[in-house]
Amino acid sequence: MSALIQEIPVKSVASPSQTFTAKDMQSDQEVRWCPGCGDYSILAQAQRIMPDLGIPKHKIVFVSGIGCSSRFPYYMNTYGFHSIHGRATAIASGVKLTQPDLSVWVVTGDGDGMSIGGNHLIHLLRRNIDVNVLLFNNQIYGLTKGQYSPTSEKGKVTKSTPFGSLDYPFNPIALALGAGATFAARTLDRDQKHLQMTLKRAAAHVGTSFIEIYQNCSVFNDGTFEQFTDKGVKDDNIILLDHGKPLIFGREKDKGIHMNGFTPEVVSLKDGHYSVNDLLVHNENDTTLSFILADMTYHPPLPRPIGVFLSMDRPTYETEMVHQIEASKKKLGDGDIKSLLNSGDTWTIQ
Amino acid sequence: MPSREERNIMTETRQQLEEVTIRFAGDSGDGMQLAGTQFTNTAATMGNDLSTLPDYPAEIRAPLGTPNGVSGFQIHFGSVEINTPGDFCDVLVAMNAAALKVNIQWLVKGGAIIANIEGFTDKNLRLAGYTSNPLDDGSLSEYQVFPVDITKLTELALQEMNLSSKLVDRSKNFFALGMMYWMYNLPMETTLHWINEKFGKKPDIRDANTRVLKAGWNYSETAEIFKVRYEVAPAKLTPGHYRNMTGNQASAWGLMVAAKKANLELFLGSYPITPASEILHELSMHKNFGVKTFQAEDEIAGISSAIGASFAGALGTTTTSGPGLALKTEALGLAVMVELPLVVIDVQRGGPSTGLPTKTEQADLLQVVYGRNGEAPIPVIAAATPADCFQAAFESARIAIKYMTPVICLTDGYLGNGSEPWLIPDYEKLPDISPKFRTDPEGFLPYSRDKETLARPWAIPGTPGLEHRIGGLEKKNLAGNIDYSPKNHDLMVHLRAEKVARVANDIPLAEIEGDQQGQVLVVGWGSTYGAIRTAVQRHRSKGNSVSHLHLRYINPMQKNVGELLSRFKTILVPELNMGQLIKILRSNFLVPAIGLNKIMGLPFQAEEIETKIEELLQGNKS
Repeated sequence: MSALIQEIPVKSVASPSQTFTAKDMQSDQEVRWCPGCGDYSILAQAQRIMPDLGIPKHKIVFVSGIGCSSRFPYYMNTYGFHSIHGRATAIASGVKLTQPDLSVWVVTGDGDGMSIGGNHLIHLLRRNIDVNVLLFNNQIYGLTKGQYSPTSEKGKVTKSTPFGSLDYPFNPIALALGAGATFAARTLDRDQKHLQMTLKRAAAHVGTSFIEIYQNCSVFNDGTFEQFTDKGVKDDNIILLDHGKPLIFGREKDKGIHMNGFTPEVVSLKDGHYSVNDLLVHNENDTTLSFILADMTYHPPLPRPIGVFLSMDRPTYETEMVHQIEASKKKLGDGDIKSLLNSGDTWTIQ
Repeated sequence: MPSREERNIMTETRQQLEEVTIRFAGDSGDGMQLAGTQFTNTAATMGNDLSTLPDYPAEIRAPLGTPNGVSGFQIHFGSVEINTPGDFCDVLVAMNAAALKVNIQWLVKGGAIIANIEGFTDKNLRLAGYTSNPLDDGSLSEYQVFPVDITKLTELALQEMNLSSKLVDRSKNFFALGMMYWMYNLPMETTLHWINEKFGKKPDIRDANTRVLKAGWNYSETAEIFKVRYEVAPAKLTPGHYRNMTGNQASAWGLMVAAKKANLELFLGSYPITPASEILHELSMHKNFGVKTFQAEDEIAGISSAIGASFAGALGTTTTSGPGLALKTEALGLAVMVELPLVVIDVQRGGPSTGLPTKTEQADLLQVVYGRNGEAPIPVIAAATPADCFQAAFESARIAIKYMTPVICLTDGYLGNGSEPWLIPDYEKLPDISPKFRTDPEGFLPYSRDKETLARPWAIPGTPGLEHRIGGLEKKNLAGNIDYSPKNHDLMVHLRAEKVARVANDIPLAEIEGDQQGQVLVVGWGSTYGAIRTAVQRHRSKGNSVSHLHLRYINPMQKNVGELLSRFKTILVPELNMGQLIKILRSNFLVPAIGLNKIMGLPFQAEEIETKIEELLQGNKS
């Protein structure tokens, strides 16, 4: 995986005077998340990788909506816009279309991004505007003090669902892929290295990058991702997606994913029936495969896939917008406002 | 044998008219809007003053031949000042029975009906709800009826061309148009030129329309069914260069010129909605001016993307109508809080809810002035005529940029779709409205303020050393960080209110048309301008003490409005709503104003206002 990171094309290069450190990324605002919140780790990793992107900090913009995660921009010493519930993706679209050379990041949550902001999220993804979306998924509403969210598991008992929730949860990766995402990845607040790697991959991807980050809410949904993060159990419950590598998992690397027709299944590599050669090999450029992997999400005993599901090239909206403007100027000439005002059927009154 | 010219002189009676109103009416697919627009452009190029009103159904193609599917276009043109599309029409072109049924109410007694005979078959009559044929049952005896077999004559004109029956049928609007050109002695050149431009690459359609237009003209000349031919002399308009302009096009151009004068990129984030979509369409055509149009996924994304664009240094704009504005409300509050320039054009339509999408109303006034959570003042400007939409949009942008605030520009369906001659402005004489972006990091505070305007600095991403955060949570004065403390909130609420109030220092004083004091002052805003002006002029010509004050600035109002109101015994406020401006006038100035309200989806007729004024004058005497 580290090999992949090195292949990342650098989009813009800072002059030496514009270099900065992770510490420079910290704003003067006191961070006010609850003790033990997964957001702290995500903030730290984001601050850590920013200097490595080669983008001067005045070219970076963080836009957020409403929710715990959406306080994020206040703590980043870049340009920031803490907006209104669900609309960060729409605001970020306007920012990026106006200044396509900015590095634009959206920080959102499962409620902000998929309930109230679901519409804007899917349209950003299909347009493929080069914005990086970090969706902090804690499967709960934190800021409003503990109601179920669109990613809460069915039957969840919360303040607003004392008898258990009736809603079937969204699978954020499947939603993103269904909306036409060109980059979709899942990572974990507790895995610093993987999180950093994923953030860098997102930054490098030209087009909308969608990252679902499993984030622990220590107050209202503590431990909900323990099975994917705790040392004793995680290896049997997650599978790391690694481009070009067979899908192997388990504490002893003794299990793998085999395709039975179109259906993935867990097979043992120990009992002699299957070898590594029988396993599904990850190809993050394959859209069909990405859907299959995404669908492994709520289907135990299949392990939860973590990593880059899809990374593919498609022209970005803003590039095509600029091209269209250039083409129009080439065809019709630079717009002359005085000629426009005097165009059409005109007449003179003496 | 006399020449054609001599024959004309011999057989025709020519009559000079000061003003005429014509209404074209037919099925939605009959091309009545096109016929009306062409007639308008020709009358305009001939130097007439004019005003138009399209009246079309919300359904794209309602069932053929039914009253629901009738589309109309009224044009009022003259050699005198024309302020409205006309209360009633002098000539009604009815392409079928339903068109007659729906529109006969708008025809003056003694007016002319040009009826397409083919449109009055038994089926047409049944669909229109007639039990007998009005063309021959005597029910139209108060009018002059000219039955013409337009469909058949169109077919004859095109019979050698081997065209599809659909294409032949679609050309018949040009026959009616040709007849009207003959009747009002207007040249066909403007339309012939347009046909060539529009259908140059489709010779079949070009030739068919050309032939039919000329056939309509020639038929009128030779068939001698019209005994009188009319002439309307050019109007005495202010000298200058003119073109015909609809309100929506004027709004679009106003934004483009404002962006150019501001040296900013123009960004429009918009979602299609009747009757505002034409602004999006118009701006989308001008990519070579660098205009960026973004058809968003919904109204909220339209305004949100525009706010993002403004944050990044563009002139962010969004266009909508009432239901869309309701959806944008929360984002408007955000724009108030983050203090970024934003122009919102609301082309009002009949409400509430989906209401009457294609009909006009002025019922969004209280929504735009007050309809937000918290204390969220926004400057509001209203356009008075179709061409005035240009200045209103430009002025909205000027205020938005100078005061770092969202501005709402109110127009309506009647202004947006209506048209009038537009005195093309001298670009050089329009003011420079360019902002000064903050670039100096020394002492930069995102919420420091300009001493005069109280505007905060515009510091856009990409500027080294000015990295800062803004958002919808209450801002700490100067620093802009989150601050919930009581005194700070009180201060910020007052600062935002004072900033908007100070716009009043920057706008010209209101002016009264007519006597500066007296009996009745008619106070209006928006698209009622023409009807009020006509009604007031009629009274003034009779020597009555009646004056007119038309408010362009709804919030804040011009500083002298209260004083002007105090000079009159009676104040009349005509509005196409239940009385919205009147509430503001009463609350701001404690005046006992009287309302005249109409909520029918239609503009005022000058006569309605004239009558109400008469009533008030009588009351003042007794």
